[in-house]
Formats: sequence, structure tokens, C-alpha cells
Amino acid sequence: MRLPGRGRKLDIFLQLTLNGLAVGCIYGLVALGFVLIYKATELVNFAQGDLLMLGAFVCYMAVVWWGLDYWLAFLIAILAIAAFGALLDRFLLRRVIGQPQFAVVMLTIGLGAIFRTFASVTWGSEIYTLPTPFGGVSQIAGVTLSHQYVSIIVGTLILCAVLYGFFNHTRVGVAMQATSQNQLAAYYMGIPVKRIFSMIWAISAGVATAAGVLLAPVTLIDINMGLAVALKAFAAAVLGGFGSIPGALVGGIVIGLIELYAGRTLPDGFKDTAPYIVLLIMLVVRPQGLFGTPGRKKV
Amino acid sequence: MRFAFKTSYEQDTNMFRDRIDASWYLLLAAAVLVLPAVLPVYYVGETTWVFIYAITGVSLMVLVGYTGLVSLGHAAFLGIGAYAHAYFLSHGLPWVVSAGLAIFLTTACGLVVGLPALRMTGIYLAIATLAFSVIIQEVFSRWESVTHGLSGMPVGKAVIFGVSFADDRAFYYLCLGFLVLALWLTRNLLRAPTGRAWIAIRDSEIAAQSMGVNLAIYKSMAFAYSAGLMGLAGVLFAHKIAFLAPDIFTILLSIQLLLLVIVGGLGSLHGAVFGAIFVALLPPVIAILRDSIPASFHDVATASGIAPLAWLGDAIGNFLKKPGVEAGIFGLILVTVILVEPLGMYGRWVKLRIFFSTFPMYKRATFKRQRTYMKTERLR
Repeated sequence: MRLPGRGRKLDIFLQLTLNGLAVGCIYGLVALGFVLIYKATELVNFAQGDLLMLGAFVCYMAVVWWGLDYWLAFLIAILAIAAFGALLDRFLLRRVIGQPQFAVVMLTIGLGAIFRTFASVTWGSEIYTLPTPFGGVSQIAGVTLSHQYVSIIVGTLILCAVLYGFFNHTRVGVAMQATSQNQLAAYYMGIPVKRIFSMIWAISAGVATAAGVLLAPVTLIDINMGLAVALKAFAAAVLGGFGSIPGALVGGIVIGLIELYAGRTLPDGFKDTAPYIVLLIMLVVRPQGLFGTPGRKKV
Repeated sequence: MRFAFKTSYEQDTNMFRDRIDASWYLLLAAAVLVLPAVLPVYYVGETTWVFIYAITGVSLMVLVGYTGLVSLGHAAFLGIGAYAHAYFLSHGLPWVVSAGLAIFLTTACGLVVGLPALRMTGIYLAIATLAFSVIIQEVFSRWESVTHGLSGMPVGKAVIFGVSFADDRAFYYLCLGFLVLALWLTRNLLRAPTGRAWIAIRDSEIAAQSMGVNLAIYKSMAFAYSAGLMGLAGVLFAHKIAFLAPDIFTILLSIQLLLLVIVGGLGSLHGAVFGAIFVALLPPVIAILRDSIPASFHDVATASGIAPLAWLGDAIGNFLKKPGVEAGIFGLILVTVILVEPLGMYGRWVKLRIFFSTFPMYKRATFKRQRTYMKTERLR
């Protein structure tokens, strides 16, 4: 016979796992954006979270102001922010390639601040709710499945499958991999490296937008939604070993799960700090991250 | 035009380049000393902020500008210094003991954070310090017996050996004194082997190690020294702001401190002071512009009879009044500086000086940057 108390605990555990997975998927997607850009151009894009925020706002604008269908709005948001990402690369970030990494980090932090100000001037600093088709809940074996969370997980899986197919089975995707491995060799092989960089920025911005739109029903849309996510996603990318795509996703999910479990079981205040404590321990024990390879320059 | 004609290697490590330089600094010192007598009290207070920010700038400059270690969490050290000082003061310790303990504690924290940092570089270090500062901020808001948590902690005025620094002008001189002390100490460290080792680590860890620089010792020394200076700044910060709350020492403050050293100019102590002037004075300047721009546009519009000018002035004024615009202006300046003048205000100042000292012969190519496309930081 199953003890009622124990069964409830299991339910809560499963519930937490589901929510943690969903939140972790968002962190993973944003971390994926970091990693894609970093692998190709060695720039660390701190404005990734603010691109997410812009994407969510564009989608909100399309759904609520213009009255478009959710899916059409989703597509418009992804395309708009992807184009914006490509333009950012073309006109700003290409000029700082080769400068110290730190300068680039600060540049993107500055860009993020500009985006937030732009959003607060354009859309105001209120909190908005994006109407989605995933409002309901369903009960499976006593566990309440919120469709919002399920949609995040399913969306992430689809996105990952699409990206995997793109990178491994299309000419452009393979060219991107080649560029990431060795710019000069790729250039000698006739790959238009600059255009590839812009496309990687576009993909990365598009992924961030997708994450933002999927996240919108959970956290609601406001101008600061990106910052918090970006910091956790950044931790996720480092946890997975900066520069590893599976590492970014795994890191994101680990951070998401830790956050939810810690928020439930540990005293107040650990929900936000537990991921960072784990990250610090991790960096002390294994500075190159879970999937990273330790490297040292040979002289 | 002056030529630096050196006759011995020791001249390279002099405190000042030559007597002319030294006399300029003397003049500057005199100007700063008489400033409070001339300025209204409000501006004396704002200038005190410049001094406090300059100490934080020197601290971060040692770490970021000279040793090449990036910290996204220096606001935490500022907070530790401020809270520790406030706590010790509230328990009746004399000012000097309290400040000394606060600085010691911050230095110790810097050492502890610096130890794991020895194995990390670049982006990993940035995120580790960020994680540290998030945790410390949570500690500030949860450890209520010491920090009074979210309700905040009032800090009294400074009283040192029975002398009260409650007056704004007196506090100005106190901060000025500590800034000069910090600059003097740092300058002495930088022109000694320690400073040369830091710079060598910044430029190439491998080369520094090959030349016999002990990476572990010098990196942790840089971290500890930088944290200690931050602690000193925190002590003064606590008195100046008079009320400590955990949400002061956020990541945004850390970013603002990094902005300070970048806008000022990485790799120069002048840059730390220039950056501090910029960061401390921009918000009051924006506040003044917010009111004066619409008014002056209205004046021009009525004088010239062009009505749209008044409308434009109102639009600018309303834009500046919106929340969050200040952060955007900071961001815009940061982006512009990094794209246009990566050496910051100090770099611009050097260019200007050389333009005048070599007047008809100035060549733009003197400062042309060489791009290093293939220099990867993945394996450094």
C-alpha cells in the first residue's frame, strides 16, 4: 500500500523536476546562443538576455497590438530579431573582433543597457502578459502538467533537432562548423567567413527570441526579464564548458533543476544562490567546465 | 617640445617623469585643496563622490588594467568593506580600528576569492566573481543580526581621534587624503618589481612565467590588494551614503565600476581618476540638463519665433525624464568609447597633449592600432 504522504512527496518531486527541466531548457537555449557566437567569433555576447527580452516584446506587440495569430507572431519575432542580430554583427561587433575579450564583454553589456532603455521608452516599464494557446493543465498519474512548461520543453526539443539537422546536414551548417574550427582554413576553402558570422549571430538571436517567447507566459514580459535569465544562462554555459553545445544545454538543465530543488528544500535565499554556489565549486574543482577541454598555449 | 632624455635606468621608475610633471601635480594639489573654499557645499559633496569612485577605480585598475584579471563582482568587496565598517562602528570600536579591520577583512575575502581564480582566466574568472557577488549580496540581505537585512543599516558620521568629519568640507579632505594615499601606494607598487610582474602577467601569462614570475603569488597579491583598496573605498562609501541596503551592491554597480575604468582608460592611474570624474558627475549633469534643456529651448524659441524648437526641447526633456534613460546613456557612452577610443579618456588626453607638444608635426599614424585577428584567447 502506498503511503499518502510519500505519494504526495513523489508528486511534488516530479512536479519540481518538470518545472526545473522547463526553466533549464530556457537557460540552455540562451546558453546555446552564447556558445554559438563564442565558438565562431570568440566574442562573448552579454546582450543575449536583452535580445530575448526584445524578442518577447516584438511577439507581444504582434499578438496584442496588431491582433495576429500566436504562431505567425512567433515567426515574425524570430525573423525580426534574427535580422537585428545580423545587423548588429555587420555594423558593430565585426569591428571589435581581435580586441581584448573583456572590451567586447563590456561592449555587449553597454548594448544590453541601450536595448533595455529602448524597450522602456518604446513599450513602457509595465509588466505584460502574452496570451498563448497553452493555458491549460492536464493530470497524468496524479502529476499536474502545466501546458506552459510542457510547451517550453517540447519547443526546446524541436529547436535542438532543427539546429542539429542544420549544422550537420546542410552546406551552410557544415560551413559554420568549419568556420568555428578554423577561420583561416575555412576562408581558404572559399567560405565567406564574414557572412557566416552574421548568420551565426542571426541564428543565436533567433534562438534567444524563441526562448523569450516560450518563457513569456511563465515569467511575464518586462524590460528586466532578460538580465536575470542571461546571468543564469551564462552560469550554465560556463558550467557546461564554454564552447560546447551539448554542454550548454546540459548546463542549463542542471542549473534549472538545482534552482527549483533548492528553492523547495533549502531555506529562503538559496533559490537564487544555489546555482552560483554549485558553479563556484565546479569551477574550483574543474575550471574548464563539464564538457570543456583544458587547454594551454604551446610555446 | 620636451624630450625625455634619460641617463640611467632608475629614471624609468621615478615617481614623476621629470620636474615639469611634478610641478604640474603640485599645482593640481593646490587647486584641489582650495576647491572647497570656492565651491558651494552641494558641489563639494559631489566632488567627494569623485574621490570615493576614484579609489574604487584605482582598485579595479590594478586588477583589470594592470594584471588583466576581469572581475564582474567588485561591488561585493565594496559592500563587505562598507558593512564591516558599519558593524564595527555600531559596536563601539574606534574609527581607525574599525576601518583597519574592515580593510583587513576585505583583503582576506579578496585572497579567498583570488585563490580559485588562479586557475581561471578570462570569461571563467568573470563568471566566478559574478557568482561570488550574487552570493555575497544574498548574505547581505539574509544575515540580519549583522547587516539588518533588507531594512537597511544607518551609518553615522566619521569621528577620528575625537575630530568630527560630519561637515561636508571636512569629509572632502578626509576622502582626498585617502585617495592620495591610495594613488601613492599603488604608484609605488606599480613602479616596483611587483607592478612589472603584474603587467607581464597581463600581456602574456606564458611569457611572464617563463621569465620567472610566480603566477600564483602575483595574481593573488593583485586580487588581495585590489580588494583591500575596495574595502577602503567601502569605508568612505558607508559614511558618504549614510544608509546601507543590500540592493546598492548589485551586479549593476560592478558593471558601473568596470565602466569607470574603461571610459577612463585601461592601464593608467590617470584613467581611474578621469573615469571617476565621469561616473560621479554624469548623473548630476543629466539631472541639470533635464530641467535646463526645455527652458533654454523655450527661450530660443520665443526669441527667434521658431515654435518647433520649444516642442523639440520639451521632447528632449520628457525623454530624459523617463525611467531607465540614464542607464541607456551610460551604455551608449560605453559602446562609443570601446568602438572609437579603446584607450578611454586618458588615451584621448595623451593624443591631445602630443598634438600640442609636437604641433605642426602631429601624425595620426602615431596611434594607429595594429589589429590582431589571429590572437585567440581560447588558449592563452
